[in-house]
Formats: sequence, structure tokens, C-alpha cells
Amino acid sequence: MDLILEGIKKAFWLLFSFDPEVLGITFLSIKVSGSATLISLIIGISVGASVALTRFPGRRIVVSLINTGMALPPVVVGLFVTISLWRNGPLGFLGILYTPLAMIIAQAVIATPIVTGITLAAVQQLPTKLRLQILALGATRFQMLWILIKEAKLSLLAAVMAGFGGVISEVGASIMVGGNIKGYSRVLTTATVMETGRGNFDVAIALSIILLLLAYLINLLLTQIQQRERRR
Amino acid sequence: MKLSYRRFMMLGLFALLLVSLGSVAQAQDKTLILATTTSTQDTGLLDVLIPIFEKQTGYFVKTIAVGSGQAMTMGQKGEADVLLVHSPAAEKKFMEDGFGVSRRLVMHNDFIIVGPAEDPAKTKGLKSAGEAFKRIAAAQALFISRGDNSGTHAKEKDIWKVAGVKYEGEKWYQQTGLGMGQTLNVTAEKKGYTLADRGTYLALAKTLKLDILVEGDTVLLNIYHVMEVNPQKWPKVNIAAAKAFADFMVSKETQEIIKTYGVDKYGSPLFFPDAGKKVEDLGK
Repeated sequence: MDLILEGIKKAFWLLFSFDPEVLGITFLSIKVSGSATLISLIIGISVGASVALTRFPGRRIVVSLINTGMALPPVVVGLFVTISLWRNGPLGFLGILYTPLAMIIAQAVIATPIVTGITLAAVQQLPTKLRLQILALGATRFQMLWILIKEAKLSLLAAVMAGFGGVISEVGASIMVGGNIKGYSRVLTTATVMETGRGNFDVAIALSIILLLLAYLINLLLTQIQQRERRR
Repeated sequence: MKLSYRRFMMLGLFALLLVSLGSVAQAQDKTLILATTTSTQDTGLLDVLIPIFEKQTGYFVKTIAVGSGQAMTMGQKGEADVLLVHSPAAEKKFMEDGFGVSRRLVMHNDFIIVGPAEDPAKTKGLKSAGEAFKRIAAAQALFISRGDNSGTHAKEKDIWKVAGVKYEGEKWYQQTGLGMGQTLNVTAEKKGYTLADRGTYLALAKTLKLDILVEGDTVLLNIYHVMEVNPQKWPKVNIAAAKAFADFMVSKETQEIIKTYGVDKYGSPLFFPDAGKKVEDLGK
């Protein structure tokens, strides 16, 4: 119990003394996971909506694959991204292993199926007649898609939260492809693992609390947006 | 108002993406990948040495802290430029197979056998690590192994060989597959025995309820070498940076830092500098 109190004290101390290293780690977490979520939104919403709105042979298999992807283990993603990005690997010419960019890629791979799956479910549950009506009113296909996405906004914001929540909290892929390099690719989760290994439990608890606070603040923001839309 | 707010959010997110993509562009020949053991990271030694090296040479060091086994695999695959490891037998093979350019002695500390104060296997004060392992096996006292092909794990297997007892698959023998720090935590929590490098143990001692039971046996020496990866096998290896780092590790100034590192915090040094010495002379 003392340890937890100690950790909470340490967390506030690290936060309010603006410890440059902790701030850097926190910002990098936001940057990496934010970018990854953004990429996953672009891909996930387009793919999810397209699959939801079209009928083609083998569609069920595609949908079940997407749904399985929602449970993609971060370490598995980390392993495959690492092997691909090795300098003597297939994508080695990029030279981006052990960089924040590699972490963004890995996290985007993790978040994309989550966003795709939720988008798919959200768009699919919109009434089919709505689509017909929109088209009947003379909308182009793209306009129709845009309106449908707006209709499903509540669920899509849930997709953002799930995607972001999935990647900000993962450690397996980040530590493998980022390498947990001090001041460069160290994020809150990988730093927590390292500090635990070093026996600095107070710092580890402090980092965890900062991570929780961060996750809470971002979800609070998203919830605000989501629920305001609802009231209208 | 509402629209501009949303547009503002989108712009913000887009800017974030650009910044993150921009910040990774980095010259390859100025970066050095150092594959090393968890013990050099967990003791904090590298946090002191790396910034000095970076400042002196302008290289950017990517330190990947893994077990010695994995570090050497990275070297064999050309995925690291320089290795700082402590698994002498495997290192010799690494050099014989032509994966390394040079192998130089950097420093040593020692391994210790730690366990609960109650010491159910009665190992305290023994002079021989092999004898201690024999008693742990005889008492069927819980032994926690790294189990991760690290230098420490390799040493542990050597000692089991000396002890000449069967341990694999036994109920009292468990493997964590984790780094030294975490393995010590597990050991303390389960009141088991383990083999640890003194540096990591000292760095963690304040939070651990584990005593040093056996120390001082020559088999317990923990010796670190620095090796540059052979660029003839892997042309992408940054040999200039690797050599600079290896030279830095054995330089007089660095050796001086190693000598005093940890004294202020733990009351005794964590590592003993050995550049230029012979392995046979250590521990005398």
C-alpha cells in the first residue's frame, strides 16, 4: 500500500515538476498512438464502410477475418513488423526499425482492424431504406457514403476510442519495433516495463498513473464530442 | 463555430501526423545499433555512458537491451552494429564463425547466488557455486531461472553442469524468460533462489527481500566484452560507428567512469574496468 501511495506522490511530482524526460515520453505516446489511430481511421472507415455497403462472394469470410483482426495480439504484430523492417529484411531499405515511425506503423496495424470492425457493424446496422432514400434524393455514391458515416457517428467515435485505447496501452509491439530507446522511442508503456525491471516501482506506478490519466482525458474529450452530437 | 472547431481538430490531427513522419527522417550512417544485455541497462550504466559517447562522436545510439543470446543473434543477422555482452563461450563461437571483427574485454563484475534469508537449502557462505546448486537440488528448493539464453542463463547452465544434478523439468526449477530485474522480483516474491549479476542485484536490492548467499567462486565471474559486427558478412553494418563505440568503451576516460559508477548510490562499484587485461587474470 505504501508503494502505491509513494507512486501516486511520485506521479504528481513528475507531472508538476515538468520532468523533461517524463514529458517527452508522454508526448511521444500521444504522438505515436495518435498518428496510428489517425491512419487506422482513414483506412478502417473506408474499408469498413465499403464492406458494409457491398455484397460480393466470400464477404462473410472477409468480415470474419476483420473481426478476428480486432483481437490481433500486439506481440504478433510486433514480431512480423520487426522481421519485415530488419535492415536485411524485405523492407530493410527503408531503414526505419527502432524509430517512432516503425511504432506508428505497428500500432496502425493493430488499430486498423478494430476501427474497421466497429465501422462495419455501425454502418451495416443503419436501415437499408435510408440508403435508398438518400440515393433517391439524387445524391452521388460518395455523398451517400458521407451521410451514412455521419449517421453512424456515435459508433464511429466509439471506434476511435477503441482504436486509440488499444494502441496507447499496448507494449508488446512498441518495445519490439521501437526498442525502448531513451529519449527517442520510449513511450509510457515501454518505460513502465523497464522501470519495473529496474525495481523502480514508484516510477513505474507513476508512469502508469500518467498513462491512465492520459487515456482518461482523451476519452473524456471524445465522449464530450460524442454525447454533444447526441443531444442535438 | 461548430464547423471551425471540427476543422481545427482535423488540422491538429493532420499536423500531428506530419510532425511524427518528419521527425523520423534520419541519416543512417550517423546511427549506431548497440545490442546489449538487460544488465547494462537495468543498472543504469548505459544511461551515463551513451550520452557522453553521443556528444563526443555525434553518433546517435540505438540501444536495444535484450539477453546476450538475442543480442548475438542480432549480430549474426547483421541487425546490430556493435555488441556489449557477457556470454564468453558463445562470444568465442561468434568470433570463430566470423560474425565479429574484434572482441575486447571491457569490464567484469560477478554473479551471486541469492535467495531467501531462511535459506532452506543451507547454502549460505558456501565457497563453491556448484556445491550450492547441488544443495538446492537436494533440498528441492525453488530455483528461478532466467531461461532466456542470456549470459546469466548460460552461466547458470554451466554451474548446473559443475553440480552434476538433473534440473530440467524438475518441479522446483522454474524459468521466467524475463530480464534480470524482473526475474529477481519473481524470485523475491516466490522466495526462491536465483543466479544474478551483482550489478542488477545491487541496483534492486532496496526493494528485494533476497540475501546474497554465495559469492566469490571464480566460476561466478561475469565478464563483458565489446564486439563489432563483421561488415563483410553484412554490408549494412555501420562499422565506423561500431569501432568508435568499441574504442570508447575501452578508452581510459570511460574505464574511469565504469570504475566509480554506482559507488555514490550503492556504496560499492557495480562493475570493475578491465580494458587491456587478460581474462585469466581477473578475480585475482
